[in-house]
Amino acid sequence: MNLTVNGKPTETAATSTLQNLLDQLRLDCQQVVVERNRAVVLRQRFAEEFLAEGDTLEIVHFVGGG
Amino acid sequence: MIVVVNEIGQEMPADSTAGSVRDQLKPDADVMIVNGFPAEPGQGLVEGDRLVLIRRGEVPDREQLDALLTARHTPGVHERVRRATVGIAGAGGLGSAVAIALARTGVGRLIIADFDLVEPSNLNRQQYFIDQLGQPKVYALRDTLARINPHVHVAACHLRLVPGNIAEIFGAVDILAEAFDRADQKAMLVETFAAHYPDRPMVAGSGMAGYGAANSIVTRQRGRKLFICGDGSTAAAPGVGLMAPRVGIAAHHQANAVLRLLLGEDPAG
Repeated sequence: MNLTVNGKPTETAATSTLQNLLDQLRLDCQQVVVERNRAVVLRQRFAEEFLAEGDTLEIVHFVGGG
Repeated sequence: MIVVVNEIGQEMPADSTAGSVRDQLKPDADVMIVNGFPAEPGQGLVEGDRLVLIRRGEVPDREQLDALLTARHTPGVHERVRRATVGIAGAGGLGSAVAIALARTGVGRLIIADFDLVEPSNLNRQQYFIDQLGQPKVYALRDTLARINPHVHVAACHLRLVPGNIAEIFGAVDILAEAFDRADQKAMLVETFAAHYPDRPMVAGSGMAGYGAANSIVTRQRGRKLFICGDGSTAAAPGVGLMAPRVGIAAHHQANAVLRLLLGEDPAG
């Protein structure tokens, strides 16, 4: 399945959840904020949020410090 | 002739001196500054001179301070920022500097929330003083802001922000500045606020530890209403501490992003 992640074309398995994609990208689900097609997805839904062909995702990965 | 006295134009006789204007408009002033330089009472004035009359230790009232700030800002800017309410989540290195920058800019209302106390290790980068050790940060910061501009309304919330109270505490804000330390807390705050108020802008910080190049810190739009200030990657870690210069740069990116949003400009533009 073809997605756009942070502006870049990204491929993932035909049936993937948002959590699968984060695992593929090696991102800690506790440190990201995700917009799927310009709407925020709450992290408790990551494992049940099935992605669809052509989805646009913005994944902001925070690092500590402030 | 017109002389600008404490930022307000005044019609004065042609032979006026700093001292004669003082005697007429503010006889208790003990400091006179003409066009940016300290002046003696006998100094003559000409059309268009700027005279500032100060009584040491006196706090200007709201009207006077508004006139001073209005004169310092581009027309229209002061009125727009004064009507604004900005939330600041966290009062550490980022939040304390963002708050001070926005108070100096004249933002009318700040809502600041943090559970922490001022510790000695904070003084390497956070805007606190040695005589504030042990105080809740939000109260120490409120005191400092009052010394800068007593007419900024500051709501200081000494509590831990959690998913259950974020929407209520920041319900009145036009813009929220994320100023936490931990990455998971940053993500929690941004997610929670965006879920409740999807149309309100947020300005967050990510990546400002160490002493890498200042120019690697930028403001980017990431998502519909989210702006991120920082280099995006340099986490605080053993050997890569948080230091005043880069934390201050990131904080002032955040403050400038807030200001640009309030004025209808693109923060990342």
